[in-house]
Amino acid sequence: MYYFGKNMRKILYIIIESIIFFCGILSIIFVILIFGFLFKESFVFLKNYNIVKFLFGRFWYPTLETALFGILPFICGSVLVSVGACIIAVPIGIMTALFISEVASKNIRNILKSLIELMAAIPSIVIGFIGMATIVPIVKNVFSIPTGLTAFTGSLMLAFMAIPTIVTISEDAIHSVPWQYREGALALGATKWQMMKIVILKIAMPGIMGAIMLGIGRVVGETMAVIMITGNAAHIPTSIFDPVRTLTATIATEMGETVKGGIHYKSLFAIGFVLFIITFIVNFIADIFLKKNKNL
Amino acid sequence: MIKLNSKFSQKIPFFFLYAATILTIIPVITIIFVIIKNGLSAINWEFLTSMPRDGMRAGGIFPAILGTFFIILLTIIFVFPIGICAAIYLNEYAKNNLLTRVINLAIINLAGIPSVVYGLFGLGVFVIFFKLGVSVVSGALTLSIMELPVVITTTRSALNSVPYSFREASLSLGISRWLTIRHIVLPNAVPGILTGSILSIARISGETAPVLFTASALYVSYLPHSMFDQVMILPYHLYVISTQVPNVRKDMIYATAFVLLILVLGISCIAIVARIYFKRRKKW
Repeated sequence: MYYFGKNMRKILYIIIESIIFFCGILSIIFVILIFGFLFKESFVFLKNYNIVKFLFGRFWYPTLETALFGILPFICGSVLVSVGACIIAVPIGIMTALFISEVASKNIRNILKSLIELMAAIPSIVIGFIGMATIVPIVKNVFSIPTGLTAFTGSLMLAFMAIPTIVTISEDAIHSVPWQYREGALALGATKWQMMKIVILKIAMPGIMGAIMLGIGRVVGETMAVIMITGNAAHIPTSIFDPVRTLTATIATEMGETVKGGIHYKSLFAIGFVLFIITFIVNFIADIFLKKNKNL
Repeated sequence: MIKLNSKFSQKIPFFFLYAATILTIIPVITIIFVIIKNGLSAINWEFLTSMPRDGMRAGGIFPAILGTFFIILLTIIFVFPIGICAAIYLNEYAKNNLLTRVINLAIINLAGIPSVVYGLFGLGVFVIFFKLGVSVVSGALTLSIMELPVVITTTRSALNSVPYSFREASLSLGISRWLTIRHIVLPNAVPGILTGSILSIARISGETAPVLFTASALYVSYLPHSMFDQVMILPYHLYVISTQVPNVRKDMIYATAFVLLILVLGISCIAIVARIYFKRRKKW
């Protein structure tokens, strides 16, 4: 490099910096590409098939002669499983985050954080398999229902997958509360628990809300574990112990059987488009919360 | 009314905090324990190095292991240069303007897109539009786009942790922006970049949904010899033998899960140990 003249070197640096700039804006290009592609593929479908009938139709018979593409059962399935997972994961996650940040000693804190990291790394397919082999029969016997493949079982396993996200991010938020607040509260005679409840939780709340939203995002987008555990029944569930099917599971299970470019194929892209919009909104809200936390 | 001593009454919420933490930890340990207990007996040299036989009910998982490594390798080649350059741009060059805000929004959005939607995108763009077919390269490209936001975010925080005074010292000597980054910032950020990268490799190796329609095949009778081949991969193989093929021996399924788990957790552990090591050695 140093054999080049001064001008040559300058040109080289300009080239390098242009490459860096290009890589920087590549993320925007990818998002636009993904959005545009999903939109293009589903536009044809949605033009021919009424969008209201698509979103609120109660029947999904993609292979019939007069095919019906109503995704309401899948929307209900996704919502039911996600809400269930949140009810389990949010309290446990926040309490664990409080424990790690405020109660645990430094060594225990490090061990717990590493364990949570390992927990986040377990592939969803492994969680799905273990759920199928262990939790499903237990649920079947305990509640004496015909099958253990239910929305409830799915919620249990998805809660397990949302917990690492919720713990890590709310722990960050709790940990970043300035020490002056803690000392102020303790100096006024608050006990440690009162300080945590009244001061820390309140200040860290935007960060915790952001963590919950990111957890929801992960749960809604989860695919493989859900396929293996929730029973894949395309009907509107009446209780949490019904088998359900989610939006993601529909794409993953049916894509292999479609004719490329056919209407069934396009309808799955339309589901993908719906998922894209949902997760975009969820993550956008999460980001607003997390930004608020940063401005502390 | 007896007023409870507040020191005493805080024992109750503290008990719940303990309980929640234990509830979080127990399933992790149980999963690892169950898989090791049921799978270890079926692990032997033959299982790891031979082809599946008898409709995948016997034999080994060698092609799946090889396919997984192949995809990981190619993804690393695609994603790390781009991700690290993007992080350099965002942390070192980008001004606080509209473009930067849009890039940040794009990264957040990319990170949130469900993996199966990446699978759809990969199928439509790489497999069909670019005619790469269901192949290692299609799968690796799909995984690369999916991992890009993770690599950018971790690299960025590694760059950000290099003290600003280092840059100022170098720039004040009249050294150009790029040379400062190349010789001052990057070397000091290597530990952070390395641990972040290893963690994202762990994530890539367990992913199933994005490669479901872009790279993986139910069964391939030969080993992959080019990047335009279909491959078997471990996560999908686990899915297939546990749900699609009837009468597979239980210990074989557990053994497959065991290999996948060891691969993913092993890579993660390397990252965690490396981070602890670098933290101790850190001079600033």
